[in-house]
Amino acid sequence: MEEAQVILLWGSNARETHPIFFHHVLKAVRRGAKLYVIDPRRTPTAEWSEGWAGLDVGTDIALANGVGRAILDAGLENRKFIANATEGFDAYRATLERYDVERVSTITRVDAELICRMARDFASAERAMICWTLGITEHHNAVDNVLSLINLALLTGHVGKWGSGLNPLRGQNNVQGGGDMGALPHKLTGFQDVEDDVLRSRFEAVWGCKIPPKNGWHLTEMFAAMGRRELTALYVIGENPAQSEADSTHALHCLEGLEHLIVQDIVMTKTAEMADVVLPASASWCESEGTVTNSERRVQRVRRALNPPGSARDDIEILCDLSSRLGYDMKARTPEALWDELRTLSPMHGGMSYPRLEALGGIQWPCPDESSVGSPFLHGRLWETPVRGPRAAFHPAEDEGPVDKLTSEFPLRLTTGRRLDSYNTGVQSGSFAWPMERRETVGIFPSDAARLGLRDGERVRVVSRRGSIEAPVRLDDRLKPGLVFMTMHFPDEVDTNLLTIDATDPRSGTAEFKAAAIRVEKVG
Amino acid sequence: MNESSRGEVEFTLDGRSVKAREGETIHAACRSAGIDTPTLCWAENLTPVNVCRVCVVEVEGARVLAPSCSRKVEAGMVVHTDSPRVRSSRKLVLELLGSSVDMSLSTDFADYAKRYGAEPGRFGPRAQPSAAGVRESALPGHHEVGDGTRAATVGQPTKVDNDLFVRDYDKCMLCYKCVEACGSDAQNTFAIAVAGRGFDARIATEHETPLPDSACVFCGNCVGVCPTGALMFKAEHDLREAGKWDESKQTETDTICSYCGVGCVLTLRVQDNKIVRVTSPSDSSVTGGHLCVKGRFGFKFVEESPRAP
Repeated sequence: MEEAQVILLWGSNARETHPIFFHHVLKAVRRGAKLYVIDPRRTPTAEWSEGWAGLDVGTDIALANGVGRAILDAGLENRKFIANATEGFDAYRATLERYDVERVSTITRVDAELICRMARDFASAERAMICWTLGITEHHNAVDNVLSLINLALLTGHVGKWGSGLNPLRGQNNVQGGGDMGALPHKLTGFQDVEDDVLRSRFEAVWGCKIPPKNGWHLTEMFAAMGRRELTALYVIGENPAQSEADSTHALHCLEGLEHLIVQDIVMTKTAEMADVVLPASASWCESEGTVTNSERRVQRVRRALNPPGSARDDIEILCDLSSRLGYDMKARTPEALWDELRTLSPMHGGMSYPRLEALGGIQWPCPDESSVGSPFLHGRLWETPVRGPRAAFHPAEDEGPVDKLTSEFPLRLTTGRRLDSYNTGVQSGSFAWPMERRETVGIFPSDAARLGLRDGERVRVVSRRGSIEAPVRLDDRLKPGLVFMTMHFPDEVDTNLLTIDATDPRSGTAEFKAAAIRVEKVG
Repeated sequence: MNESSRGEVEFTLDGRSVKAREGETIHAACRSAGIDTPTLCWAENLTPVNVCRVCVVEVEGARVLAPSCSRKVEAGMVVHTDSPRVRSSRKLVLELLGSSVDMSLSTDFADYAKRYGAEPGRFGPRAQPSAAGVRESALPGHHEVGDGTRAATVGQPTKVDNDLFVRDYDKCMLCYKCVEACGSDAQNTFAIAVAGRGFDARIATEHETPLPDSACVFCGNCVGVCPTGALMFKAEHDLREAGKWDESKQTETDTICSYCGVGCVLTLRVQDNKIVRVTSPSDSSVTGGHLCVKGRFGFKFVEESPRAP
């Protein structure tokens, strides 16, 4: 990161949401790297940038295609890399025909000169990186958004090299680890396909049982199945879907319709309050032993510093006991013994013994055996001639605005995000004494507020097609005309997700938290 | 340029011929050579500012002593780290610091004072601390001449203006570490700087505003690097005030932060099953020793929220 020459932070307010990652970005900036921030809001992150591309919400694909087109127009594509390591370039180039910079500037409301400058700097750098966060993935076309960024990396060869690459910044401390461990509906541990008979049989041999051979449902499909009364029992571990799902009225309705709800958590969340059974768990990061995986694929040790209170027990103990009661004896084992079993089943974790994780300060996968110190970056094979393995494919993506359309009835665009001091639904971050004012507000651009006759601090009603909430106005000149911002940190006070839409990308299962159509009304 | 492509230089260190990497500081070369050079303002995760003057060494041919933390080795240089001149200078610096600043929480200071025979008490007992606000309003050059019976101090009441950390500038030796960590070395927030000149110099927010009204974002990285306890987590401050701080009952455990996906290493200091201090190892490749407000202070939910029954 620190050695990148150009960094595009796309849909990421890392200064507030990944502050220590941003320290590394600032090191690069101080070494002369050019930082571009692509975000509808002029965030504290954007203030450190060479150029802020304040695009309209949901026009990311148009902008990415415009950047690609500008790179081609300037002849700055990496022809050698494209020829050696990629496929599908012609179709991509044909798609870009329709995205000339002037048209893209009109769609996105980003200055054409800025698009060209960003394209030129990105393409001509030796080492350049694209990092993104939920501004890319919390859309109904999240996968296309990501693909449009991958296309830019392939076009310029900024992938598979030190100081370059594509980097989705993970929002939770073990969301990467959850995937690594197989907490995905279609993968076993180490991203091995459930529906692959050979891979599955290896797990079956070690575990001495049959594994259902079909892919499961992801979260959004599970809620749909609850809606159909097809999914009737739910076991929730360390998640608060009663408050974290988009369109929470619908989510609550689904949860209420369950025949049986088990919640395993450290605190009594809103979801836990609805449960038939609550299993009190120890806090994984300070009351348990184990590992997590961070955003750079680094597997790291978490350790027990505190004794859990009352009847709270380690997740592993609870799961082993439950399994035994259900008829499969998962003899209680230490976290390290379980980890060592996992290392025999997941090739990418093979070389990561506890002593090595300790000695090396964490190891980035893949680390197949104990001679490997892990992998600081992936896809280096794309630079071999001829390329080893499959070529990397361009996936042309087309601009497609948000599902929730702006109309005269709902003329404003609401986007949601995090603030520095807070985190998600506030279960963790609500407990410390932040010295500054802390409450939910409706961020609105001063000229919009003036037009609606709203004063700073005045209580307003925000209405979407799904629900309405009330909160005080905060005038914010870092927004743009037509753009409104709220967080989801204070759901007990203001449940922002009553407003958001659960339009979901069928491939990723992520809802369009970033784009709701709303109106703002005076109260009383 | 990567480390291995740098050349080596040969120089003389305390009479021995030693090799060091080109561009390396004398302080670093001393460490490699097994010479323990005292320092109070240097830290491996901050740019050297050479203000404490405790690490000075004698370079033959130079008029003045050189701060080893920032002076780079040169081929043929002849360096003495323990000459009478060096020892005398270190002793006096430690005495001046010890007489004017409350260094009681710095174990390094106690070790160095013993090593160099420093007697901070020889300037007389410490004068009464200033009343709140007096040091901030001192005008340049306006000082009463002391009567020689008491040692002037930087003492003033502890500033408690938020629930996360306190500022006890009686313990501030002006090492600049907090300013560096808040500034371009890590946080880039620039909420604090050195204000005033000479003996009036002090760490200040803009216009001396309370922290909640300043640019501070409460990452606590200043507290993390403070070597004297001038900046202290409120939890620790309160325990010390109540006489309940007991290091013999404390443990330190490294784990990973429970918030975003960056994976910051946290060192949890625990007393009586409560977290009393959160820091990060300065050699961590992820954090470089620095954290954000959530990682540093956002742990209360495991102790105070009503836990699931």
